Amino acid sequence: MITNNNSMSAKYNHHIDSEISFTYIVNQKKLTLVAALGVTIGIAVYIFMSSMTAGFSRSTDASIFKTTPHIRIYKDDEISRSLITNDPNDKKLALIINPKVIPQSDRIVNPDEIVMLLKQQQNVTVVSPQVTVNVFYNNGQSLITGIASGVNIEDADKMFNIQSTMVEGNMSDLNNVPNGILLGAGIAAKMSVKPGDHITLTSSRNVVKVMKVTGLFQTKNSGIDKTKSYVNISAAQQLLNEGPAYVSDINLDVTNFNNAPLYASKFSALTGYKAEDWQSANQTLVAGSAMREIVITGISFSILLVAGFGIYNILNMTISQKINDIAILKAMGFQGKDVIRIFVLQAFIIGLIGLCAGCMLSWLFVWELSKTYVGGDIGYFPIRFEPAVYVKSILLGVTITLLAGFIPAINAANVDPVTIFRK
Amino acid sequence: MVAEPVLIAEKIGKYFYDPVKFKVLNDISITVNRGEFVTLIGKSGCGKSTLLYILSTMDTSYEGKLSIESNIITGQNKDDLAVLRNGKIGFVFQFHYLLPEFSCLKNVMIPALKLGKLSREEIESRAYEKLTILGLKDQALKLSSKLSGGQQQRVAIARALINDPLIIMGDEPTGNLDSKNSEIVFDTFQQLSHELKQSIIVVTHDNDFAKKSDRVIEMLDGAIIKK
Repeated sequence: MITNNNSMSAKYNHHIDSEISFTYIVNQKKLTLVAALGVTIGIAVYIFMSSMTAGFSRSTDASIFKTTPHIRIYKDDEISRSLITNDPNDKKLALIINPKVIPQSDRIVNPDEIVMLLKQQQNVTVVSPQVTVNVFYNNGQSLITGIASGVNIEDADKMFNIQSTMVEGNMSDLNNVPNGILLGAGIAAKMSVKPGDHITLTSSRNVVKVMKVTGLFQTKNSGIDKTKSYVNISAAQQLLNEGPAYVSDINLDVTNFNNAPLYASKFSALTGYKAEDWQSANQTLVAGSAMREIVITGISFSILLVAGFGIYNILNMTISQKINDIAILKAMGFQGKDVIRIFVLQAFIIGLIGLCAGCMLSWLFVWELSKTYVGGDIGYFPIRFEPAVYVKSILLGVTITLLAGFIPAINAANVDPVTIFRK
Repeated sequence: MVAEPVLIAEKIGKYFYDPVKFKVLNDISITVNRGEFVTLIGKSGCGKSTLLYILSTMDTSYEGKLSIESNIITGQNKDDLAVLRNGKIGFVFQFHYLLPEFSCLKNVMIPALKLGKLSREEIESRAYEKLTILGLKDQALKLSSKLSGGQQQRVAIARALINDPLIIMGDEPTGNLDSKNSEIVFDTFQQLSHELKQSIIVVTHDNDFAKKSDRVIEMLDGAIIKK
């Protein structure tokens, strides 16, 4: 006898939707693999390009931070203002003068106190006061213009990693030799000097000082190697005819350099001096980096999108082949959401196969390229395994896959079985 | 025994709009009782298939009122209707509509797996039982696409029976079959209606087939001319 109970509550869930989905995949191995291959290539290129972008921006940042601090605090030139009031009732005499730079010293007043104050701030990792002097390097007949940075070499090393660029001599000798100098390798080559030799520095204030070369450094950025030198801060003060309280810049490193603009405005308010973050000091480089990122992301995203269309096409094909199956399943009591589940699961599995293979393929690309030497101050190609890029790409890949499956699946769910049966 | 109506259709009307508005069904009222074997006959285009699809709950755009087991079906949403069809209605069409990539056994099991009332083992043994009734026990594990037309149609009938439906509906179920297979199908239907008290509604062109059933409803131009 037929049981006549109206409670149709299901006791078991036999996952018949998934079973149908898997059967379709297994029976369409070739189509599945072709679609998965599309995803593989798409995701591999996307991860590879994104890793490359990340590598580029890291290498750009690194090369910027070889010479630029995260934040530089200095005294900015002030322009005089005309003493005009716009108030017509003001009986005061209007004095009009041409705006010009106020002749003031470019020194930072009471630098020790400001350095102490900055060191107490949160997120500040290194504070390095600096005296910058424009100089002529002079040895016999040869003469080169350049910049001598008067620093505390330990602080400067923490900031610019000078130790890693030393090619000859010893960086810390600068502390022991009062008139020592660390020369850029380019200057040393032109002057044909080596550690232990003496060269003459002539400053813009016409102070001549004989310095002893204690070491050579090479950043592989020829612009820097041919002009820059490091001296003790006291030697730089002497070159400028200034006393020990004279400091022209205070350089800061912060914990997260991406937040430098935020801190810069804070420190500017705190100290009353101009605080310039590295982004504003290197706007061209930063803009170039951003442009490169947009272009690469655009290209790789399009490739991923094409892979999505691959899944979309193959699913559409499957659905039109299986239209009879869909009709009978609906007649037998499968709901729209069951039909959607069948096909979205199929797309998801295709996507998953493609994603796994794509991750491995891109890892291979990255690994191969990271062993490629490109030279210059870059050395090996700046690319490496970026876990964040992988996570982001997999999420994006899964989203595109599901979307590519969902759209045809909705069409399948809307199939009217009656129109199929009546054909 | 008092006749117990399981399906009541009241004043069913239906229009086709393409190419022009046309009334296919004209206020049709029928009642099918429990255990009754009813055949719908009539010339092509008289609307008998259209009526069957409305009674099957798959076609929801009609006028009038349809109730199954004194529940009003008209106006229910598609998902609820799908659940209702899953448990209460079995279908057999002129074409078998088996899923070609599955074995006969799995094809028979699918509606029950969807319903989820029994465990997988119970469903499997029931499916074997149904296939045995239809003489297909040996073919159970073959792919459904490997069977002959008559065998496929019998698998489709086994599938229609798996959930012990209240009503079995057939749209020309013997249309593609030879006389021997037609006879098997007819005997199965008769057995189901008389012994298991399942109601059967079959649309057919085969007048011999219709004559042997409990009741013949003849249609002409969207109306019933003989009950």
